[in-house]
Amino acid sequence: MRLLFGTLFGLAVAAVVGLGLTYYALTHGAAFGGLTIDSWTAWPKSGTTDADPYARASIARSGRLPTAMGDGVSFTLTSDDDGKTLDGRCEVVLSGVTPTARFWTLTLYNPDGGLVANSTNRYGFTSQEIVRRSDGAFEIVMAPRANPGNWLPTGGVERYELVLRLYDTAVGVSTKAGREVPMPDVATRSCP
Amino acid sequence: MIVRWLLLILGGVLLGGIVHLATVIILPRTATQDAYARLSPIAPVNTVVALPSPTPAKAVMPFMDPAFASAVCRYDLSRGPLKLTVPVSPAYTSVSFYTRYDVAYYAINDRAAGRRVIELDLMTTAQHDQVPEDEEVTAADRLIVESPTLTGVIAIRAMAPEPGLLRVAEGAVAASRCSTQQPEPPPRPAARPPEPVRPRK
Repeated sequence: MRLLFGTLFGLAVAAVVGLGLTYYALTHGAAFGGLTIDSWTAWPKSGTTDADPYARASIARSGRLPTAMGDGVSFTLTSDDDGKTLDGRCEVVLSGVTPTARFWTLTLYNPDGGLVANSTNRYGFTSQEIVRRSDGAFEIVMAPRANPGNWLPTGGVERYELVLRLYDTAVGVSTKAGREVPMPDVATRSCP
Repeated sequence: MIVRWLLLILGGVLLGGIVHLATVIILPRTATQDAYARLSPIAPVNTVVALPSPTPAKAVMPFMDPAFASAVCRYDLSRGPLKLTVPVSPAYTSVSFYTRYDVAYYAINDRAAGRRVIELDLMTTAQHDQVPEDEEVTAADRLIVESPTLTGVIAIRAMAPEPGLLRVAEGAVAASRCSTQQPEPPPRPAARPPEPVRPRK
């Protein structure tokens, strides 16, 4: 009887630990070879056959098709430069320049990867659409209410993610985080 | 008594590590909602199917780029190599290849292709070995891509730099073709002027 209970207990611990670790790893985007620049993170290797088992499992679980190497690279942002989670009720400013690429797009998603409904049907910007300053830098404001300039509506959702996709770019597996890759700064300006 | 419980916990944790690694490795093969499974009901095999643009209410897959018009060709190479033709849109066009388990193994964009039309042949390694060598030489401008698996997905995507250009991008994507090759391809109809007819042996 003691042996039976002991075995069952051990197996229960194994199941909880094993499945718990898997769930945690896949929901927190654990994969090797992440490229983190400021608060932005990309997994260029996930778009190649060198993708590790964690990347493959997380791609399969989410149901997306990863951006392939040779097409481009996607950077994801979930919190601003101070580590504050992106909040759709706040006014968040993204400013600066992007790494060299033929085109880029910036898109706002809810944490499940869906677009966020808003009255203007704007879900993101492309490099051709934004209004820039004379030195090429730009500013995009993520806010629930209309803003002058490049306004990306958040729909007032509690949490969201920004994905910056660089198309036809030299940024990739061999890129090291550093000065050669300038990513835009992100700051929360005001919160209700 | 306490030692016994500690040992049981330790054993459980070790076994848990194995369970963790096993589930991570097996997961892609058992996932029922991965991209391939989501595309299967709407995309017949070896045909280009345009995907509707993602909206907040409905999207075929998560994290689709709304600035792109996209189409997929779900392929099955068991009956022979596949021929893919993608006309290039004015802004940016890319073709990405994924295995049955959503691993990207190749991608090409309009600039890398360097032509008005991206044309390539997709085949397995075994099928590539059967291509007569002289044919491969004569058709040096034919791009051959090797698929690591018999089935998979090709994603064809054209960018609309501004919303007004989405129609143009959709048009380019909709004009793409993928089909299994016949042994002797029939001569192309003359009603397609932008494509130069190249002699083929």
